[in-house]
Amino acid sequence: MKLTGAQALIKSLEMEQVEVMFGLPGGAILPVYDPLIDSSIRHILVRHEQGAGHMASGYAHATGRPGVAMVTSGPAATNIVTPLCDAYMDSVPMVVVTGQVAYSVIGTDAFQECDTVGITMPITKHNWLVTDANDIPRIVREAFHVATTGRPGPVLVDVPKDIANQAMDWYWPERVDLPGYKPTTKGHPKQIKDAARLIGESRRPVIYAGGGILKARAAEALKTFAELTGAPVVTTLMARGAFPDSHELCLGMPGMHGNYTAITAMQKADLLIALGSRFDDRVTGKVDAFAPDAKIIHVDIDPAEQGKVRRPDVPIVGDCRLVIEELIKATKSEHTKHGKPDISEWFATVKQWQRDYPLHYEQEEGGTLKPQFVLEQLRDLCPTDTILASGVGQHQMWASQYWKFDHPYTWINSGGLGTMGYSVPAAIGAKVGRPDRMVWAVDGDGCFQMTAQELVTATAERIPVKIAILNNAYLGMVRQWQELFYEERYSEVYLSPDLPDYVKWAEAMGCVGMRVEDADDVAPTIEKANEIDDRPVVIDFRTDYREKVYPMVAAGTSNDEVILDPAMDKKAGR
Amino acid sequence: MNPRHHILSVLVENKAGVLTRVAALFSRRGFNIVSLAVSPTEDERFSRMTIVVDAEESPLEQVVKQLNKLIPVIKIGEIAHDQGVERELMLITVKATAEARSQVTELTAIFEARIVDVGYEAMTIMVSGEPDKIDAFSDLVRPFGIVEQQRTGRIAMPKLARQPVKLRAVRTARA
Repeated sequence: MKLTGAQALIKSLEMEQVEVMFGLPGGAILPVYDPLIDSSIRHILVRHEQGAGHMASGYAHATGRPGVAMVTSGPAATNIVTPLCDAYMDSVPMVVVTGQVAYSVIGTDAFQECDTVGITMPITKHNWLVTDANDIPRIVREAFHVATTGRPGPVLVDVPKDIANQAMDWYWPERVDLPGYKPTTKGHPKQIKDAARLIGESRRPVIYAGGGILKARAAEALKTFAELTGAPVVTTLMARGAFPDSHELCLGMPGMHGNYTAITAMQKADLLIALGSRFDDRVTGKVDAFAPDAKIIHVDIDPAEQGKVRRPDVPIVGDCRLVIEELIKATKSEHTKHGKPDISEWFATVKQWQRDYPLHYEQEEGGTLKPQFVLEQLRDLCPTDTILASGVGQHQMWASQYWKFDHPYTWINSGGLGTMGYSVPAAIGAKVGRPDRMVWAVDGDGCFQMTAQELVTATAERIPVKIAILNNAYLGMVRQWQELFYEERYSEVYLSPDLPDYVKWAEAMGCVGMRVEDADDVAPTIEKANEIDDRPVVIDFRTDYREKVYPMVAAGTSNDEVILDPAMDKKAGR
Repeated sequence: MNPRHHILSVLVENKAGVLTRVAALFSRRGFNIVSLAVSPTEDERFSRMTIVVDAEESPLEQVVKQLNKLIPVIKIGEIAHDQGVERELMLITVKATAEARSQVTELTAIFEARIVDVGYEAMTIMVSGEPDKIDAFSDLVRPFGIVEQQRTGRIAMPKLARQPVKLRAVRTARA
C-alpha cells in the first residue's frame, strides 16, 4: 500500500492506539493535518502550543498513557520547548510531533526554520529528525517505546514537509530494535536480599516514595509493602496520592514546604527506603545534613539516579512495582527467619510529632479569606477521586498540604521544572483523559495569566474543567521570599486583584465566572461550580496576600531547621 | 599520565547527530573532554569513540551512567592505563632551514617518526605512539620552531590475555 509520509505518520499514531492529540497546525505540518481529517484520532485545537504540551502531560498523568501533541516548525516548536523540559524533569511519557521545513532547504534559514532536534536534545529522552518517509513507521514505533518504557519521558519526532509529502510503502514493524536501549526492570536478587536484611535490622525506617511509584503503577504494591513492614511513608510532591493520606502510616509531603513530621521522620530515620524518588534538593535541603543516621535503599529504574546525590547502601535498579513485589517476598522470609522487628516505639514517636506539629492557619470570622480555608472547603465538597491540578507557587504547596489524596493519579502538577501556567492546560488534558472524573485546577493569579487562554479551547471542545484562582494579587511565593530573605523589599511582585477582571475574562472565554471575597461564600460558590457540567468554571477567590507557606526549610539550610508558622511557635511558648 | 584522565571506549550507532548528543551531554553535566577520536568500526553500523575525560572517580561514574542513557550509545568501557594499548598520531610542521635540517632529521629517526613532506625551510613529520612519546617529540623540536601541529587524539584497545583462555576461566571460577 502506497502512502504519503503524512498518511503513514497518522496511521502509525493510530497503530499506537492514540485516541486524542493536542495541537495547532501551521505551514510545515500542513501535510500531516490533511489525513487527520479522516482519522479516528480526536484532535484538540489549542490556542498556544505550550498549551498543547501541558495538555498532553496532564493527559499522561491522569491516564498513564503517553500524551501526544503535534505542532508546526519554528516558533511552534520553540513554544513547546517548555512542556518538553517540564515532562523531562517529571518523567512524563509524551510524544511530540513537530513540522520542519523541507529537508532540501534545512540549513538555509528558511521561513519558520529552527533546529528543533538540536534545541530539544537535552530535554527529551530521545528525538528523531525524519530524513526518509520510509522510516516513519519505525520511528513512531520507537518513539512510543522509548517514551513509555524504562524511566518514562518525552520524545520528539521532527518531520520535514517534503518528507511528509514523499510516497512510501506502508508497513508496521513487528518489534523495536534499539540495541542501545534495554532498561533493567527486574531488581538484582542479591540486592533485594540485602535490602530485606537492612529492613529487618532497622528500628526507625521511613519509606520515601517518589513519582516513580505512580509511573510504575506500584501504588497497590507500596501499600502492601508499607503495611508489611509497618514503616511510615512520606509521599513527595510528585507522589501525592501514591499512598493514601488517610492511611495511619502516611506522613504526607516532606521537603521545603513539607510538614514537620514528614521532614523530621526522614531526618531521624535509621533507614530510608527510597522508592522511585531522586533525592531532589527540595526534599533533602542541605545534602550533607540530610538524614545523617540513615542507611539508604534506593530503588530506581534509572541507574544514573543511584548515587547521583546520595550514595545508597543498597542500590536496586529496576521497575518499582516489580522490585517492591520482590521486596515483599524477601521481607516476609526475613520475618519468618528472624521475626518481625519491633518498631512500635518509632511509630509512637512519629505519631506524637503529628499531634504536636500539625499544619496550621487561622480563618478569622469576617476576616480576610485564607487560601488554606478555600482549599479545605474545596477538598471537603468534592468527590474523593477528584483530579486536582495545580500551577507553581504558594497555591501549589497549600494544595499539596491541605488536600487529602486517597487515590493515585489524582494530583497533577509541575514538580521538577516548576512551570508557572501548568495547571489550566494540564487540567484540560486530564479531563480529556478522564471525562468521568471531576477535575479542578487550583491556580495562582500569576500562573493563571500565563496560560488562561486555553480555557477558550476548553469551552470550544466542551471540556468542563473548574479553576479556583487563589488571587492574592501577588507573585506570592516570590513575595514570601522577599519578605523573609530580602528585608521585605518587594521587587516587581505586585500584580493587582482586579486587573484583569477574572470574572469578565472567564465569561469572555465562554466559562462561568464567579468571585468570592468572604469565607461564608466559599462553600455555596463551590457547590454551584460543582453542579455545572457543560462548560468550564472559574472562581476568583480573593485571598489574603500576607499568608505565607509554612512549615518552611529555607534554601540551603538543613532539614533540622524547620520554620513553623510563627503563630504556632507562640502557642508552643517558643 | 594525569591520574584524573580516564579513557572511555564508547561504542555508538553510526548515525548522524550521535557525536552532538555525546558532546552535548559532556558539556551539560560540566565535564571536560581532553581528546576525542571517532571512526566507524569493523561493523559499519557502529562507530567507536575514544574519549579521554578529565574527572574524579565519582563524577566519572555519573557521566558514564548518563552516557549510557543515550539511546544510540550501545556500550561503554573504561580502559585503565595499565590495561590498554594507547596510540596517538601527530603531524607536525617544523622549521628546518638547511643548517637545522640534519638535526631535525636525526630526532625524527630516533623517534622512529617519518618525514612526510619537505619544503624550502620546513618539514612535516608524522609521529605515532604513546601520547607521552608524542609530547616528548613536540618538546624536542620546539626550539627549531613549530609552524603547526595536529594530533588525532588518543585511541585505545584493551590489552589481550597473555594466557590461554581456559586457564583464565579456571582462575575466575576459583575467585
